[in-house]
Amino acid sequence: MSEQKTSPEQGDATSPTEGRRIRVLVAKPGLDGHDRGAKVVARALRDAGMEVIYTGLRQTPEMVAEAALQEDVDVVGLSILSGAHMALVPRVLELLKANGQEQVKVFIGGIIPDEDLPRLKEIGVTGVYGPGASTEDIIRQVKAAMTE
Amino acid sequence: MSLAEQLLSGNRLALTRLLTQVENDTPEGRAALTELFPHTGKAHLIGVTGAPGTGKSSLVNRLALHFRRQEERRVAVVAVDPSSPFTGGAVLGDRVRMRDLSGDTGVFIRSMASRGSLGGLARTTAGLVQIFDAAGFDTILIETVGAGQAEVEVARLAHTTLVIEAPGLGDDVQAIKAGILEIADILVVNKADRPGVENTLKALKSVLELAHPVRHVFQHHGKLEVVAAAEEPVYSSWIPPILKTVATEGEGISELADEIARHAGYLRESGDWAARERSRLGSELDALLRETLVRRFREQVSKSRYEDVLDKVFQRELAPWEAVKMLLNGRFE
Ligand SMILES: Nc1nc2c(ncn2[C@@H]2O[C@H](COP(=O)(O)OP(=O)(O)OP(=O)(O)O)[C@@H](O)[C@H]2O)c(=O)[nH]1
Ligand SMILES: [Mg+2]
Repeated sequence: MSEQKTSPEQGDATSPTEGRRIRVLVAKPGLDGHDRGAKVVARALRDAGMEVIYTGLRQTPEMVAEAALQEDVDVVGLSILSGAHMALVPRVLELLKANGQEQVKVFIGGIIPDEDLPRLKEIGVTGVYGPGASTEDIIRQVKAAMTE
Repeated sequence: MSLAEQLLSGNRLALTRLLTQVENDTPEGRAALTELFPHTGKAHLIGVTGAPGTGKSSLVNRLALHFRRQEERRVAVVAVDPSSPFTGGAVLGDRVRMRDLSGDTGVFIRSMASRGSLGGLARTTAGLVQIFDAAGFDTILIETVGAGQAEVEVARLAHTTLVIEAPGLGDDVQAIKAGILEIADILVVNKADRPGVENTLKALKSVLELAHPVRHVFQHHGKLEVVAAAEEPVYSSWIPPILKTVATEGEGISELADEIARHAGYLRESGDWAARERSRLGSELDALLRETLVRRFREQVSKSRYEDVLDKVFQRELAPWEAVKMLLNGRFE
């Protein structure tokens, strides 16, 4: 099979632990309507050299965890606008753990009230981003989480 | 227990970790492929290729559902999408169309980025397929990058290759001809709910007739069938049938599954299964040999020596074959 010599074999998106590209699952759990934000983040992560598995709308926590397992991702990014994060996020984390994927870093984007942040951190969420967050910040923190 | 042993005992975490190791071509991945090789060679490998957006993922979704419901076969999917040539990143979106397969532990879907490989697959796709094969998946569906014309790599890997067309995508014979005849075992016109299906069917048929001028081919219930001459055995040759599907509605899926089964039967009866297997293993072996020899060469011949010789070629002092002789200096002769 031919290789394109021009394409970088190792971008800076290689996770240093295993010498591989960072794999991210971007999912939109819950029943709320649009996935524009999730797609913007997915593209930004791609442009930062990551491999992003995009699963689309209306994912249950079970579907998210199963996809995370099948894709052996390093990071799960959840976009939740419905306000159901306190129900959905703990469940996703629980299922990841049950599957033996406790090392997976979970990031959340959406409208998350400040009073929920301590609890989310406590259960193991790595980063939370509001609608105004810059994709540069997200990329930087995803990469930082990989070196931990 | 090694990851490979855990995989053989049905551990899904071991399976997914090994897929990653093999995808990244790590020493662990190579060791696992070696350990698992005796357990491979059982699965039916089905390639699914065609231009972007023709409905490959939607068809894979429907086919996998069909195989699960009708035959309870364990199904793996390897879906390849392109990497960006600039950043090396990728958005892998094939799973979006495969939601229906979620929640069934008899199905395992793995997305892959092409990572610079041309030809519709990634360099390590064959390795991933071997891992699934060893893990006991009966059917492995391989979706290529939707690049367009001749995705020859997938035909080399798969036993049965489906080429997916859709109405309105370059229905003229020239556009269709390029490449697909060598690789299609089954032609699928998806999106048959869209206008223009008949034109696409007609174009495909005329291409097939050009390819098999001596065969008697006739139209029957929307499929092409072959009437073999009396003295030849029926299985002496396979003429790709053309099927219509509407993947979004599930129309035409059981007919497609029947044709896939018929093709597998043909391969086994005719001896083509073994022939394909042998030639596939041959090309894999060649690729590994090439890789190994080039690596060994680079270890033994310094970069500066190489550059010196290249300079001489550039100055027209040496012809390329003389340069090769000089660089190899008696090795491999
Ligand atoms: N009308 C109609 N639309 C379809 C049919 N099959 C698929 N689609 C739609 O066509 C679009 C592309 O379908 P996919 O299954 O993602 O196509 P694909 O070939 O896998 O696409 P790539 O992987 O991006 O090359 C989606 O919007 C599907 O819903 C069909 O039979 N009829
Ligand atoms: Mg697809």
